[in-house]
Amino acid sequence: MVSAYTDVLIFFLVGAAFVALNLTIGRLFRPHNPYPEKLTPYECGEIPVGEGQAPFNIRYYIFALLFVVFDVEVVFLFPWAVVLRELGMYAFVLMVIFLFMLVDGLVYAWKKGVLRWV
Amino acid sequence: MPQVVRSGDYDLDLEELQIEGEGDRMTLSVGPHHPSTHGVLRVVLEIEGERIVKATPEVGFLHTGIEKTAENLTWQQAITVIDRMDYLAPLSNNLGYVLAVEKLLGLEVPPRARILRLLFTELQRMASHLLWLGTTALDIGSQSVLMYAFDLREGILDLFEEASGARMNPSYFRVGGIARDIPDGFEDMCRRFLDRVPERIREIRNILDENPIWLDRLKGVGVISAEDAIAWGVTGPNLRACGVPYDVRKAFPYAGYDEFEFDVPVGENGDCYDRYLVRMEELMESYRLCRQALARLPRGPVVVDDRKIVLPPKHEVRQSMEALIHHFKLVSYGFDVPAGEVYQALESPRGEIGFYVVSNGKNKPWRVRVRGPAFYNVFAMPVMMQGSLLADMVAIIATVDPVFGEVDR
Amino acid sequence: MDTVGLVLARSLILAVALASLFAGMTVIERKMLGYFHLRLGPTRTGPWGLLQPVADGIKAIVKEDIIPRDADRLVFRLAPIISVFTALAAWAVIPVGPPVNIGGLTIPLGVADPPGGVLVAVAFAALSVYGVTLAGWASQSKYSLLGSLRASAQLISYELAMGLSLLGVLMLAGSLRLTEIVAAQERLPFILLQPLGFVIYFLAALAESARVPFDLPEAETELVSGYSTEYSGMRFAMFMMAEYIHMITASSLVTLLYLGGWNGPVFLPPVVWFLVKLGFLLFVFIWLRATMVRLRYDRLMDLGWKVLLPLAILNLVATAVITVFVA
Repeated sequence: MVSAYTDVLIFFLVGAAFVALNLTIGRLFRPHNPYPEKLTPYECGEIPVGEGQAPFNIRYYIFALLFVVFDVEVVFLFPWAVVLRELGMYAFVLMVIFLFMLVDGLVYAWKKGVLRWV
Repeated sequence: MPQVVRSGDYDLDLEELQIEGEGDRMTLSVGPHHPSTHGVLRVVLEIEGERIVKATPEVGFLHTGIEKTAENLTWQQAITVIDRMDYLAPLSNNLGYVLAVEKLLGLEVPPRARILRLLFTELQRMASHLLWLGTTALDIGSQSVLMYAFDLREGILDLFEEASGARMNPSYFRVGGIARDIPDGFEDMCRRFLDRVPERIREIRNILDENPIWLDRLKGVGVISAEDAIAWGVTGPNLRACGVPYDVRKAFPYAGYDEFEFDVPVGENGDCYDRYLVRMEELMESYRLCRQALARLPRGPVVVDDRKIVLPPKHEVRQSMEALIHHFKLVSYGFDVPAGEVYQALESPRGEIGFYVVSNGKNKPWRVRVRGPAFYNVFAMPVMMQGSLLADMVAIIATVDPVFGEVDR
Repeated sequence: MDTVGLVLARSLILAVALASLFAGMTVIERKMLGYFHLRLGPTRTGPWGLLQPVADGIKAIVKEDIIPRDADRLVFRLAPIISVFTALAAWAVIPVGPPVNIGGLTIPLGVADPPGGVLVAVAFAALSVYGVTLAGWASQSKYSLLGSLRASAQLISYELAMGLSLLGVLMLAGSLRLTEIVAAQERLPFILLQPLGFVIYFLAALAESARVPFDLPEAETELVSGYSTEYSGMRFAMFMMAEYIHMITASSLVTLLYLGGWNGPVFLPPVVWFLVKLGFLLFVFIWLRATMVRLRYDRLMDLGWKVLLPLAILNLVATAVITVFVA
């Protein structure tokens, strides 16, 4: 008897082999003829201006910060949800308090106007 | 600039959070080889994130020298190159040029020819607006509407083929009338097509008008004020969407438009959604005009009775010496046009297209200068794009409806 | 007894089945879109255009593999692998039916059924965004970069709502094991108990598989081809494969979590019920593609944070109240 997670691992190996097969099979058939123009990054037929990895203004930075906070909080909810029925009232009340803080954070961010496309 | 955090109240100042500086702007070249620049427009964008700080349109990739080529062709031959300018509305180009030359010659075409010209230019407007509708919908993400609109447009192209033998560039109008009379059964074919139109348009509008995402993508996007639009020389549906009821068909009637009943739809806000609405309404107005034209189509000749300008009928050429001489002269040399210069404007699907034609009395035009509406519309786009998102740029280019054959000529 | 050999066999069968399903989906989608569009779709490749995926496959294999000059070569090669692998990996825990008995052997219809199955499936489905983000970043092309930024923007918009709506199901089922979740729906599928949760989860699943109206990372009319602009040949095909397998994964999870999995009236065997529901959901995916237009991505964030997230929290609290006080 193997554990269920070992089974998962076996499937991962099969998946990896499948991916590797896909990528190597073409090597036998495909041409290889690079030249400078072909290797230029695509910019609608024009010569690219500047770098492709230039410093970049990510407008949703605050969303991303909030996401990290909230996502971690959601992770705490998973085990709670599964056993809520057995634990009953006590767990419910505790989690409502926790949820309240979560919602509070969202409302605060919303009111501050952070949930707005900058 | 670093994040501003004040003590006490954690007051995040959004404006200050925006990082300024040259390094954060990216110069992105959109086009000429891009799926949604409707041909070969290149827009050089300066973007911060996906917000457009500055947009510079660049044209000229499709320059074909049509105006210059026309100077080396006879008056009648030049029609074929004029056709290829605005390739989505070749008959509007035809009509403008032909009217200008007729003005120089002092010709008056027979009523049947006049009304057929009107019928065909209005069909052309419908075809052009349908193609616009399809490509705009595609740019915003709906493939289905593209196909539905093209299906309807196909009916119009079939009509062109039936009448002139060509679908894309019919070159159907001639100085002095039209190339040949419509074939038997054409009117019924035309009516059958028109019967399909209202139902299909309603269907398409049901898909789009009740789709909140579609409204969201167009409403309040790409706004241009009426003053700006006039200052930039914008005409056509794009100008009317700003609330200016300027339509050459009403303002300076030509080709008998004053005898017909039609309305000029205008918008209010000058945004993408109004441009969409104006065009959809215009489609239905063109439909009305086509119906009226069909109902009033008189019998009679379709060319002027002037052998110095119009080819004699084939059966005469076989029997009459004089007709043969006329035929030979017209085909080899063409005809002379009295010296002078005229400007003839008309309402193409894209706006006011003007033909400034100069003759020095010879058999070839001395100069044909075209005021292409799309050219002016394209250069008003930076005003609309200012501060909008990359995704809006696509909607703006699409709703302005440029055709680069005409922009670059 | 479950031996390594049996697991290996099931894994191979599943991998082959998924690859064929992907191939089938491409042609079925094109055919169906064709009919939605008043046209025929592929007709030239074999009867009814059915060999289209074969032609596509051959083309992908014999195409030159171009890696742009400035690209980060390692990451560029790794990205499509991550994409396909994560899409496939979720299937390790997805069962397609109850165990069957063949010659005294009880064989589960799925590779594995670990106690934390849902978490594994959801986690790997979410990981696929790395493939897309890294692909765009490594390409050193502006369009790709914008595409990859949009992909991560999309993730942070739907992921929270997705997780929160999933909690409702977990509360009702009281388990993370997918077979037990399905068993809990024997009498009533959870879609009837969790209609709001279903809608939120389905929208999020749509966004996760980057399909219309949420196909922002590729948005061909805006970003040319988004993150996959610089990819060619097999590597490009791998992204397509990832997208389709992802779509199948998302539909399967919706089927298992909300539509009662393989439960259904007895006149059809359970596996067929599962496939019918899966097929219907896939049809909805294609249907939406034919109907909707693309959302703008600041609006997607608004939708995720200001509509779906509050609704998901509401759904969560309501479900908790019902679980504690009614059940």
